[in-house]
Amino acid sequence: MLATYDVEALRQDFPFLQTGVAYLDSANTSQRPRQVLEAMERYFTGFNANIHRSAYRASEQATEAYEGARDKVRAFLNAASRKEIIYTRGTTEGINLVAYSWGRQNIRAGDLIVLTIMEHHSNIVPWQILAREKGARLAYVDVDEQGLLRQDQFETLLQQGPRLVCFTQVSNTLGTINPYREMTASAKAAGATVLIDGAQGAPHLGIDVQETGCDFYAFSGHKICGPTGIGILYGRRELLEAMPPFMGGGDMIRAVRLYDTDYAPLPEKFEAGTQAIAEAIGLGAAIDYVQGVGLDAIHAHEQALAEYALEALSEVSGLRVFGPPASGRAGVISMWMDGIHPHDLSTILDRHDVNIRAGHNCTMPLMERLGVPATARASFYLYTTRKEIDRLVAGLEDAKRIFG
Amino acid sequence: MADDQFYRDYILDHFRHPRNYGRLENPDIAHEEYNPLCGDLVGMDFRIQDGTIEDVRFHGRGCAISQASASLMTERLKGMPLEEARKITKEDVLAELGIEISAARLKCALLPLKVVKVGAYGLTDVDEEEFGS
Ligand SMILES: Cc1ncc(COP(=O)(O)O)c(C=O)c1O
Repeated sequence: MLATYDVEALRQDFPFLQTGVAYLDSANTSQRPRQVLEAMERYFTGFNANIHRSAYRASEQATEAYEGARDKVRAFLNAASRKEIIYTRGTTEGINLVAYSWGRQNIRAGDLIVLTIMEHHSNIVPWQILAREKGARLAYVDVDEQGLLRQDQFETLLQQGPRLVCFTQVSNTLGTINPYREMTASAKAAGATVLIDGAQGAPHLGIDVQETGCDFYAFSGHKICGPTGIGILYGRRELLEAMPPFMGGGDMIRAVRLYDTDYAPLPEKFEAGTQAIAEAIGLGAAIDYVQGVGLDAIHAHEQALAEYALEALSEVSGLRVFGPPASGRAGVISMWMDGIHPHDLSTILDRHDVNIRAGHNCTMPLMERLGVPATARASFYLYTTRKEIDRLVAGLEDAKRIFG
Repeated sequence: MADDQFYRDYILDHFRHPRNYGRLENPDIAHEEYNPLCGDLVGMDFRIQDGTIEDVRFHGRGCAISQASASLMTERLKGMPLEEARKITKEDVLAELGIEISAARLKCALLPLKVVKVGAYGLTDVDEEEFGS
């Protein structure tokens, strides 16, 4: 880890932060550094061409950059092979790919799929669709009062022999860091296939998919300093090889005849159509950037911020803060202020140039469980400062004054 | 620096002390609308006499904008012929609120109008865009 974490120097890399806005919505989408924008611009201005299809230099250079980014992702996740790294549009598409391809092939009537109540809608709805189609059952692991998953319930559900277990590495609403290694090990021991939603985990903790032993891992580029429209699905090779394609079209084929097709080998089998080339290159640059700062350093920085913020927010009367203590939490804090709806809070904070998320954070079942219609959520990243948290607290106090 | 221009006194006043709040017994029309995105809820009960809204009450929960807008709406509706209420527009509602509503908050402001149009006039085929969707 870096001896000193120079957040002010890092902030210089992020053009949007120069606007002076306290951007506390990185769990929603992160800011992107110059290095990412420049990598994409180099492609657009220097070798803008389609990949894999043509034998001229720009196309070869584009292919090299696109595939080079895949190698970076492989190393970032410590996947065994680059064939296990599938480009998607984001976490949502990655999970849907698994549901439609692996799910349709492997889930049968009566099978149990275990989810948790803190899942993002993207890790609930595809499984509902699949379960309805196949006559499978869904069961949810609850959270305790601290916002930690009820491991006792999880173990009980595992005893029922679920076919599939899906859970998030980090909760986008509570900030809870789930014991994903232990949960994966138990689920695998119970014979289940395991999918981890890494949308909030990859940018802040990273993961070693081999050490963790999960079967699938999905994340989004736009939450890890990369562009929108690109994401990654990691899948264990053996599973990906056996799975049917998700979408058919160009680039995912080896030979097409009138009535049947030979599919391309991995990873192209799952990459139909012209890909988000600039975005993939941008994601590669984003991973370079984040790894340059260091995941351990980022995590330590965010945990210190969470501790500072939880302390400061505990001084704000009438404010309810959800989720675990700083030690078990990523840089995500959801709040409820007595007498002020999160939308009003967010509007007032915006007038202080403080940006937060107000709403259900795409976790409606969790909102129901917490007994609130919505929350105000502040979230941090590698460039967040204590000063910005002070501005959040000042804004909350102003909201109380206005609504007084 | 932040000012209080957005949350003007009369808006906060309507939020804190909503007018015509509550339920009517045996209303001629009752309808609720819900915005699942933020949990805003507005419901209205109407008593109609000779084509005129003789009495109206609203209930609900949610942000200051949706609730103040509902309160203002009931004041406007009381004693109004149905024919006239039918013609209330989005622009009328926003003018009455008198603040600049961002696109993200439009749904909050227009939820009460949706209650009036969908509920009281049985418009099942509403154009969601009308109400900021
Ligand atoms: C935990 C979690 N899962 C999934 C998603 C969906 O990501 P995306 O919208 O990029 O597909 C998000 C982001 O909103 C998230 O926070």
